[in-house]
Amino acid sequence: MSEMIKVGMADLKLCKAPDGITTLGLGSCVGIAIRDPRTKVGGLAHIMLPDSKSIQGGHNIAKFADTGVRELVDIIAKNGGNRMRLESKIAGGAKMFAFSSKSDLMSVGDRNVEAVKKVLKELKIPILAEDTGDSYGRTVEYYPETGDYIIKTVGKGQKKI
Amino acid sequence: MAKIDLEQMDTMYFDVLKEIGNIGAGNATTALAQLLNTKVDMKVPKVELLEFSEVGEAMGGEEQIMAGIYQVVDGDIHGSIMFLLEEKSARTLISMLMGTPEHDSESFTEMEISALKEIGNIITGSYLSSLSTLTNLKIFPSIPDISIDMAGAIMSVPAIEFGELGDRILLIETAFSDDLKLNGFFILVPDLDSYDKILSSLGM
Repeated sequence: MSEMIKVGMADLKLCKAPDGITTLGLGSCVGIAIRDPRTKVGGLAHIMLPDSKSIQGGHNIAKFADTGVRELVDIIAKNGGNRMRLESKIAGGAKMFAFSSKSDLMSVGDRNVEAVKKVLKELKIPILAEDTGDSYGRTVEYYPETGDYIIKTVGKGQKKI
Repeated sequence: MAKIDLEQMDTMYFDVLKEIGNIGAGNATTALAQLLNTKVDMKVPKVELLEFSEVGEAMGGEEQIMAGIYQVVDGDIHGSIMFLLEEKSARTLISMLMGTPEHDSESFTEMEISALKEIGNIITGSYLSSLSTLTNLKIFPSIPDISIDMAGAIMSVPAIEFGELGDRILLIETAFSDDLKLNGFFILVPDLDSYDKILSSLGM
């Protein structure tokens, strides 16, 4: 029997085939799915903010793109994944409201996506597919067995990337 | 460095927030009753400091569809305020306000969304005006914006703002009842300096 592992906000977990892994209601946060396609060991991180270095508060490394993605990769590598073979898919980073309390030029969703891409590039992990931006929430499911990343929305249908 | 640490908020501070929540929701109740011309009662608000992973659960699941009305706050304090309402409650409110029957279609019309924004504006406005009266601070909310989507997705916005301060989020749950039964949530996210200002203006 395969299970569906649940990842919360600012959280990350390991997942081995045939299990699946999910995170519900991604808004401006980004869900990063990574797997080793040969050993079928993977995982999912749900990050909230781009950069751990620009923030004072909080010690949860799963909260940030830079530390969260690295931590997930370390966990996958320790559990039978090969760093050289890893591949990724990403989703989320929406702009839920037209304005924000910060006068930044980019929305936090966009900055999250950019930060995730930067760290994946540094780790030399290719991004096979992405469904990012726009203005709606996403629930995602990832299957390390096939690498399928299912994205569900409210009123905008469901797709597989 | 921050003078106020969200992780170390004591019971007294909680009580203050709860009291502000209480008075604010009280004002909001009066405003709602006038707007809808009906009797509205309110339960004592619940103030909770939650881990990010617990937020979805507290709102009835991350995938629960909700309407979130969001406003940026300016003046003596800076930050944002959000009022969240379950989809069902939102439909009830709209039908009472507009005198139209409740319907279950997937989407909301432009008119309905505009009505919801106005309701949110009145409710957060009442909350902020009691905070302003209590603290003697000038507080100006922006025009409201609305999102109808999964609770988790809407909550990511204030959660991220809290995320810059710590690892938890402060949620004020208010239930209105009597002729009108609905569950709403307030989330006020002042930046760190504003937390200080609020507390010191209350003599804490």
